[in-house]
Amino acid sequence: MKVSTDRRLRLAGGIAASMGLAGFLAGGFLVLVLATGAGLPLGESLSDRYIRGVVLFTLEQAALSTLLSVLSAVPLAIALHRARFPGRRAILRLFLLPQALPVLVGALAIVAVWGRNGVVSDALAMAGLARLDVYGLSGILLAHVFFNLPLAARLMVAALDEVPAESWKLAGQLAFSPTTTFRLIEWPAIRQVLPAAASLVFMLCATSFTIVLVLGGGPSATTLEVAIYQSLRYDFDPGRAVVLSLLQIVLTALLVMAANRLGGDAVASFGLGGRTKRYDRTGALLKLADGAVLALGLLFIASPFVAVVIAGLKADLTRLLTEEAVIDAALTSLWVALSAGLVALLLSLPILAAIEALASSERRSGSRLARQSRRALEVTASLVLVVPPVVVGAGWFLGLRQVTSVFAAAPYVVVLTNAAMAVPFVVRILGPALATGHRRSEKLADSLGLAGLSRFQIVDWPAIRRPMGLAYALAVAISLGDLGAVALFGNREFTTLPYLLLQRMGSYRTEDAAGLALLLGLLCLTLITSSESATKLRHGSGR
Amino acid sequence: MSAVPALELIEATIHRPSWTVTADLSVAPGEWLALIGPSGAGKSTLIDMVAGFLPLASGALRIAGQDVTNAPPAERPLSIVFQDDNLFPHLSVFKNVALGLAPNRRVTRSEREAIERGLAAVGLGGKAERLPRELSGGERQRAALARAFLRRRPLLLLDEPFASLGPALRREMLSVLSEVRRGFSDPPLTIVMVTHHPEDAAGHADRVAFIEAGRIGAVGPTSQMLGETAPEAVRRYLGLDDRQDRDLERPERESS
Repeated sequence: MKVSTDRRLRLAGGIAASMGLAGFLAGGFLVLVLATGAGLPLGESLSDRYIRGVVLFTLEQAALSTLLSVLSAVPLAIALHRARFPGRRAILRLFLLPQALPVLVGALAIVAVWGRNGVVSDALAMAGLARLDVYGLSGILLAHVFFNLPLAARLMVAALDEVPAESWKLAGQLAFSPTTTFRLIEWPAIRQVLPAAASLVFMLCATSFTIVLVLGGGPSATTLEVAIYQSLRYDFDPGRAVVLSLLQIVLTALLVMAANRLGGDAVASFGLGGRTKRYDRTGALLKLADGAVLALGLLFIASPFVAVVIAGLKADLTRLLTEEAVIDAALTSLWVALSAGLVALLLSLPILAAIEALASSERRSGSRLARQSRRALEVTASLVLVVPPVVVGAGWFLGLRQVTSVFAAAPYVVVLTNAAMAVPFVVRILGPALATGHRRSEKLADSLGLAGLSRFQIVDWPAIRRPMGLAYALAVAISLGDLGAVALFGNREFTTLPYLLLQRMGSYRTEDAAGLALLLGLLCLTLITSSESATKLRHGSGR
Repeated sequence: MSAVPALELIEATIHRPSWTVTADLSVAPGEWLALIGPSGAGKSTLIDMVAGFLPLASGALRIAGQDVTNAPPAERPLSIVFQDDNLFPHLSVFKNVALGLAPNRRVTRSEREAIERGLAAVGLGGKAERLPRELSGGERQRAALARAFLRRRPLLLLDEPFASLGPALRREMLSVLSEVRRGFSDPPLTIVMVTHHPEDAAGHADRVAFIEAGRIGAVGPTSQMLGETAPEAVRRYLGLDDRQDRDLERPERESS
């Protein structure tokens, strides 16, 4: 095989995979829109007070969540970066965990800590004060801050790690006070990632489904995604579901564009920190303040994890583990997640190979067409960010209804949706590794005429071998913890662990729910942390 | 030279798992000492040691007779100029230089005048309001030097500040340096300068210290250290031995 043939094959594979992905994401909708035709009650719905309220609430809760997460991340990041103490790295690692925790489990944990019968309410009641009500806006905000505060803080710590060592040396040498250090070094560094952090958090909160489903209450605290789900599952109003879905797509598309403009690739920079050496002179008062900020942050992030463990251990775990429904759900979850992970890899690899082939012809000829096609492939890979799982599900739910039994097709739709959800993450993990490998050995491979399988074995495989495990584990964990895709399609024959957990919560079998949450949370955390440390993927500072 | 040394390192040592740097050194007030040696030998580590960025594992460090072994960087009577990133990119040249006098407050009127004089002295008059990115590499280092001079600290550490400049610019910077140095009288300005260019040392330094494998291999007057009488290790580093080696080797080979 010639090198040029190899390149053409890679391109063809990537285009096929991305068309498959795009087709799946948009397909259900296309079927639907074609079937409904011009009969969409679009204008009518836009003036509908309920829909307007939902849109407003979606934006309002996302804005407030972003404000709270990002504002509290600033002092936390500064304290984390300034304070030197044993266990600092452990805290930074802990801040990774909320991202690995299934959202449903996190929502449950928030209830356990902050809910009516939670630890905080108990303490308040003992002090003679009113118990907290976690359902509604306040609960949604708490949960969003729990998931996103650590994310924002880590982005900021990474930005502080990027500050050149000379700046910290100068600060020490010129005797900067803490305020001067903040004004001249810390704030400028943090300000650079602020737009990226804020837009990322806003995006995640505006498309949040599970948290709002569990903690939102009634029409006054419903986001677009939950409204789509409710209009199909409870009211069965397809017209409204379509309008809501279109609104959601337009909204997220706008958000993604704004985020790209503001922040670029924020997610890629995740330092574990700790390499920067600082020479500030911190007085006793400042040390105390840092300690207090860190203790509060730690308490806020760690308490839900502790609550999950305590509540879960109270459940009758042996009974749960031998219960037929649980075993069935676990097996279903397992095969769904393993296949979704596999499909995600099978979709991502050809896309990445094509991206690299285009990047290489771009390097050789500076071709604009190559650059635009590469961008198009990259956009397709993260298309699922614009078309959230619930919307994809709604499309296929309504589309398939016309031709077959929705529930017969359920497992396939869920596997494919979960795979599509994982593709952006897989691409993000494998992409940089593959790009580095190609830049290093591409000229050599071309001059040797490496093509086909041997090119894959010698150039591609060594580059992606190590991060591959992490990418697969992450894809599997995303699917294991997902509720968005399965929420519409779950039924008696097709029940995954998160779906079962939601059912048990719905029927007030709180102990069962707590036990299942512990099992599910443990499964996902072990999966991700073990594969991450096995991969030893060090996202270093880029300098 | 009966005066108290401007800088004294007494078996000052830093350990790391894979290397150790130990230095025993005395620098007289007003002296200009050049540190030369292969990369990775420990020249910059030595500077970091003196500046207080790396705490000593053992030994002692005195500046003008005062023990500063455990003093934090801000409390050591010295200034330092690095190879890069001496200026904060978002502050004007003026503000960057002002940090040397008043890092934590506004400058007074007399300080403002001093800064303007300092900028003029290094040839940056009229460029006070520029941002670092609007300056050339040489101008940025001039600004860093201006800040160091304004602090009037008796000891100046230079960690290869001219390494990224071309030969002509480097010569120019060195003459700016010796010009301003003359303005320091009581106490005189002592300079410790790391350089990769022996010719920088040749024109200006009083003494040269050769650092090799974490130790000061040899110290001596510049003319001796860089000339024909240099110790063997220094000659090897400078590449002075090449011709003589060949001259010496040839007869041996012929005889064998």
